[in-house]
Amino acid sequence: MAEPATKNPVEEQKVVDEGIDVGISRLTEDKIEKVINQVLKGETGARLKTYVSTCIHCGLCSEACHYYMSNDKDPKWSPVGKIKQTIWEMIRKKGRVSPEFIRRAVEIAHTECNQCRRCMQFCPFGIDIAYLIGMVRRICHKLGVTPRYIQDTVHSHSVTMNQMWVKGDEWPDTLQWQEEEARGEFPKLRIPLEKEGADIMYSVIAPEPKFQAQLIYQAAAIMEVAGVNWTMPADKGWDNSDMAMFTGDNEIMGRIKRTHFETASRLRVKRIVMGECGHAFRSVYDTGNRWLGWSQPPIPIVHAIDFYYELLKGNRIPIKEKFKEPVTLHDPCNVVRGGGLGEKLRYVAHALCETVIEMYPNREYNYCCCAGGGVINCGPPYKLKRVKGNRVKAEQLMDARTRGAKVIIAPCHNCHSGLKDIKDYYDLHMDIKFFGDIIYKIMEKPE
Amino acid sequence: MIDRSNWDWETKEKAVPIDPWKENFSWVEEPYASPDGEQVAAIVNIDEGEFNVCVNGETWENPFEKIWYLRYAPDGRLTALVSDTAEWTVAVNGVPWEKKFGYVWNTLFSPDGKNIAVAAQADGEYCMALNGNPWETTFQNMTYFAMSPDGSKTAAVVQVEDFGEGEIHKFQKGCFTAALDGQAWDTRFVNLWNMAISPDGTKLAAEVRTSLYDYSIAVNGQVWDKTFQCVWQPVIHPVTGSVIAPVRTGGKWTLSQDGEFLWDQRFLQVWHQTFNADGKTLAAIVSPKYGRWTVAVNGQPWVVTFGTMVSDLVVSSDGSTIAALAKEGDQWKIVVNGSPWKDTFDMAWKPVIGPDNKQVGAKVEKRGKYTVVVNDRIWPKECDAAWDPVFSPDGEKILLRTVENGRYLRRILPVTEITG
Repeated sequence: MAEPATKNPVEEQKVVDEGIDVGISRLTEDKIEKVINQVLKGETGARLKTYVSTCIHCGLCSEACHYYMSNDKDPKWSPVGKIKQTIWEMIRKKGRVSPEFIRRAVEIAHTECNQCRRCMQFCPFGIDIAYLIGMVRRICHKLGVTPRYIQDTVHSHSVTMNQMWVKGDEWPDTLQWQEEEARGEFPKLRIPLEKEGADIMYSVIAPEPKFQAQLIYQAAAIMEVAGVNWTMPADKGWDNSDMAMFTGDNEIMGRIKRTHFETASRLRVKRIVMGECGHAFRSVYDTGNRWLGWSQPPIPIVHAIDFYYELLKGNRIPIKEKFKEPVTLHDPCNVVRGGGLGEKLRYVAHALCETVIEMYPNREYNYCCCAGGGVINCGPPYKLKRVKGNRVKAEQLMDARTRGAKVIIAPCHNCHSGLKDIKDYYDLHMDIKFFGDIIYKIMEKPE
Repeated sequence: MIDRSNWDWETKEKAVPIDPWKENFSWVEEPYASPDGEQVAAIVNIDEGEFNVCVNGETWENPFEKIWYLRYAPDGRLTALVSDTAEWTVAVNGVPWEKKFGYVWNTLFSPDGKNIAVAAQADGEYCMALNGNPWETTFQNMTYFAMSPDGSKTAAVVQVEDFGEGEIHKFQKGCFTAALDGQAWDTRFVNLWNMAISPDGTKLAAEVRTSLYDYSIAVNGQVWDKTFQCVWQPVIHPVTGSVIAPVRTGGKWTLSQDGEFLWDQRFLQVWHQTFNADGKTLAAIVSPKYGRWTVAVNGQPWVVTFGTMVSDLVVSSDGSTIAALAKEGDQWKIVVNGSPWKDTFDMAWKPVIGPDNKQVGAKVEKRGKYTVVVNDRIWPKECDAAWDPVFSPDGEKILLRTVENGRYLRRILPVTEITG
């Protein structure tokens, strides 16, 4: 197999991160001990105990991890190695660990594990390493030690209920701007705001109104062509994303998800359709809802892959001609491994594209993009570690490219950003698209 | 509250054809019915960048470049957010407020409809505007909004300290507070969220976070003595003025009054606590165990529980009738005093309690058709659209507002015609 190149390799430098450095400077061993024991005793139970006491240190999880594989199989990058360096030690020492230990723990938990859960599939006992890493992040949050960029994002969530400091007026104003733009192409198109009783509430993540408003345009165009009875909220609750889930700020996570679901409930929609985002899917069907006491999402959540599958299967999107450039498929962890949408993703891809070239391994065994789990949200200080930590992904992509793939379809925002960094760093010369980009391009539009 | 005694409770049926509107306009948006049922209105598009509102077939005198959020105030005035020459304001019965803004949103009405407020932005500064009058003070950001029960005061969560992108430690020192009629509290908080204003307008209570970990309730800027793992929106006792909020402690939720535990019971979740008029009955939506939901009245949960969701809690003014919606799977039920009604629906709307405190009605949807259900009996009419039923002041009649076969219909029926 051809090896991907690396562009301008840069030596790793010591990371300066105010979120960690200032936090560490405020810690004492007494405080650490108190907080760790509060979290372990107050917030964990049989699950943690089972995982800790079941692991036989076999190391079968190691080769499941893209960091381990990309870092020359150095054991410190293996999932079990990361657990050994963090929560096991916290438990073994009954919480009495040093501030420098916490510094290393927060780096591991936030920037060396994507909580992608690939390793869980290779563990003979199904130990959920992501859960254990999540507990480390929770402890770090309680200690006030969280990387600055993602902490700022959670602050945004806490104030605005969206992750990009989008202000109250900016959201509906952006939707109305996109609606007006789209009317140049679809004269009667509406982005129906606050339409109570619509079938569907469409929710997005905040980077869309902030930087990628064309995605909202495209979604509105697809809704228009497919004749969907839909709405978007004009007030808080429109952003389905959730970085608080990744920093262990469970209280803010719950607040965000409550706002999202109660907005859908207020609008009396039957379902929430969410854009092409992976982590948000995890937050709405697994973590956020459950923290609130909803064992299942109280309003059904439909990921964009599933929604496009439904529209295409029902012939509701007329296609002019299939997308010609050969594509390969990236399976986002939270929607494919976590949400089981791998086959629907392929149905949609084959319905839209002339040539689909699989990456290997794929579906639930696909390698993570290395952006997920909040890692990319920890910001530029960790970018190099992130792209170097996913050489296996570059090899996967390179292999697909040598077999003809020119475009990567990645139905997840974080995957998009992570894969872009990888293709740039390893000089892969591939384009990355959402399904929405392709549908919008090839669907029949009014003359 | 609205005096409904002067509404027409005699005419059995009035109709407004609305299908023909489609021939007169480029497009017609979803209709809205007035509270008394005498009007039906919709935003209509006339031409590119030209919108109007059509009311019973007649348009407002002047069109606007953009119109959204068409809503009737409880007193029957028709409001919309309108824009001309890149400025926004509120139009009431077609007449825009004199004061214009860069943007307006989040219309609030007082229960009697006399007061109308919006959140407003002008030149990048934010304030509330009540009946066209903006606060004297503006703020660099404004998030949550509230109106006093009589509508004479407005409040918002406002940003009062600068912080730059990524200045996480400055943010954590507290850059936000609450403002009542533009007067900001002196206290700074990491976060504030939902608020409540007392009936006399003297007390503003808000859920606050004083650090990344400590949650409490602040009243007029003073934080309760105790902090909690989390809190939800406070309400104010209608008689005593004490503040009651759901609080999380030891991983469980309960209600607290002025910082002291009010209920002995602990739940997996508690929210939407609601008083009756004299404050003697306090109900809330609760989760008695993981994945199960019900209503607790003065701390005692109903025996019946539901798996998916309980919402839209209402308490009669005398406290004798408590109704809510409950969802199992994808089907909704109406539950009154702990007893689920026999029918299930694809969607249900907030229950309406009659003036006798006994009758309960609700708008419901099944297989894409709408009707109403009263006291567990379905009105056997399948409509293309419907609005909440309204009981007459004597409770003997019911106003039904529907769309059927391209016609808007206002009907007055004896309640017994539905309930038998």
